[in-house]
Amino acid sequence: MTAITSAAPMTDDPRRSLGSYAMIGLLVLAAALPFLVGKSGWISNFTFLQLSLMIVYAIAVLGLNLLTGFNGQISLGHGAFFAVGAYTAAILIDQYSVNAWLTLPIAAILCFVIGYLFGLPALRLEGHYLALATFGLAIAVPQMLKYRHLEPFTNGVMGINLIKPDPPFGLPLSSDQWMYLAVLVVAVFMFWMARNLLNSRPGRAMTAIRDHTMAAGTMGIDTSRYKATVFGISALYVGVAGALHAIIFEFVSPDSFRFELSIAILVGAVVGGVASLPGAVIGGIFVQFIEKYADAMTKKISQAIHLPLELQPWTLYGLTLIVLIYVMPGGIAGGLAMLWAKIKPRQGG
Amino acid sequence: MEQLIQQIASGLASGAIYALLALALVMIFTATDHLNFAQGEMAMFSTYVCWQLIQLGVPFWPALGLTIVFSFILGLSIERIILRPLHGSPILSIVVVFIGLLAIFHSLAGSIWSHTIKTFPSPFPNVSFAGSGYIGAHQIGMIAVSLIMLFALFAFFRFTPLGLAMRAAAQNPVSARLVGVRVDWMLALGWGLAASIGAVAGAMVAPVVYLEPNMMASILLYGFAGALVGGISSPGGAVFGGFLVGVLENLVAYFGNLTEKAFGIYIVGNGEKLTVALIIVIAILTLKPAGLFGRTTVKRV
Repeated sequence: MTAITSAAPMTDDPRRSLGSYAMIGLLVLAAALPFLVGKSGWISNFTFLQLSLMIVYAIAVLGLNLLTGFNGQISLGHGAFFAVGAYTAAILIDQYSVNAWLTLPIAAILCFVIGYLFGLPALRLEGHYLALATFGLAIAVPQMLKYRHLEPFTNGVMGINLIKPDPPFGLPLSSDQWMYLAVLVVAVFMFWMARNLLNSRPGRAMTAIRDHTMAAGTMGIDTSRYKATVFGISALYVGVAGALHAIIFEFVSPDSFRFELSIAILVGAVVGGVASLPGAVIGGIFVQFIEKYADAMTKKISQAIHLPLELQPWTLYGLTLIVLIYVMPGGIAGGLAMLWAKIKPRQGG
Repeated sequence: MEQLIQQIASGLASGAIYALLALALVMIFTATDHLNFAQGEMAMFSTYVCWQLIQLGVPFWPALGLTIVFSFILGLSIERIILRPLHGSPILSIVVVFIGLLAIFHSLAGSIWSHTIKTFPSPFPNVSFAGSGYIGAHQIGMIAVSLIMLFALFAFFRFTPLGLAMRAAAQNPVSARLVGVRVDWMLALGWGLAASIGAVAGAMVAPVVYLEPNMMASILLYGFAGALVGGISSPGGAVFGGFLVGVLENLVAYFGNLTEKAFGIYIVGNGEKLTVALIIVIAILTLKPAGLFGRTTVKRV
């Protein structure tokens, strides 16, 4: 894991604080967007749904980044925790009429516990073996969701239909706009927590374990406890993303959580940059963008180069993955950081 | 009782396929320390090639032979072109490349041959014979072909100079290079062989599970389970593990069925096959990572 390095060390240089002002400004703008647009229809409700989904995937990718990029554990099965989060939210809302927002912390805690428990045996596993165990998890999840004794809760292959909550206090927003706002707030909170975690003592221990597990152990870091806990936290993030996805997408079913979902999260992480927080945002945007437009794009590409057959989105996924590993192993965020590092000395003189 | 024997027999038949796939996985693992997550999809792709040849009018066995050659070249070129430059990269990069390959083969098969389920012809005559109440002709054929493959491979590695060179390259690359073995090419040959074995496994199992792009996902997981049970660094162990896992899979379903009949409680059935495989994988990895016959790896600090 030595090739992965954090994109930007957090320091108190003035350019950095300029950057953080810009980010706060951007966030305020993003939050004001639904109010500015109102019911005028400049930006359709459908676009707001797309934006919300991007943010949701960004949270999921962030979860995987914490595990893979900052702790050096590989998971090919994070779709499983996404599914647990989504089903927790859906079952609580559908059967127990729990308030949609209350389901988020419940899904988070449940996913943390399951992730921690899965992380315990995974402690002994490294690299390829952990990838294998999680690979199996990703393949088996749809089957587990169809398990007969869970059917009274999960409704089997039919899945569960939900209804979006309406905006409260008579806010002049459509429910899609309100969802977008809520998802944005949750995401900002989750990213803020992740940033604080990484800047803390446990966060440094996490990256120390990634860089050299044995050395970290000899320095007194309880590596196994850390690894299991990070697995739990990572699952927590993905679980919250899953719960949000269930709420805004208004539907869950076993086949929405196939192996493809785990791959999509992995692709997002690799494309954005596994060891970077902004990379998670890029990854989330990429995942939703590909999901939405890959079909049309691959069709256009097939036509453009006169292929006798119709390419499928997965071919693009696969090619993207392999090419990125060659040209930009740090993902887009890592690539930008490298570019920045090249330009900076000339500026500073 | 009769049912039990039947279950064991068909377990051995699917175990033969798992054994082949496990052997392919072990072949790549011993040479490069990589778990090839794309092995199943490569086998699936080869099976489609075989199907296409048969559709074009080639008889079964020549078609399978051509497919084996095609898969060999495919595996060899994947190693030489895609994986060779990544030699010494972090594990994450390798795993991601395998997942990329998996996605590419999966989707290419879908776009070339569509996702509709196809029947695949069985090369074995559908005759009845003594004991055929327990096991079908195709299942016997599956076991026979797998065993022939296994012995051929054993003979290749044991008695030919090339096999010896490949073993040397896998066991001790540095010394092998010193005595003049072209280690790089030996690894690529290993990949080619693994891909060919996968192709045979695919063509043997396709008449049973039908041909479609998803056909190999669960079989690959069982192949992994088999390889782990036997010890991922031991070819003989992997074969044994494959058969064992095949029988175990059927017995779990069988006893699940029995308990449901006896107590009226459903615990496991055919619907939980993948979960059973997952539990085997995790249990072996945590309790006895070296498997039954594997060597324990010692890490040098």
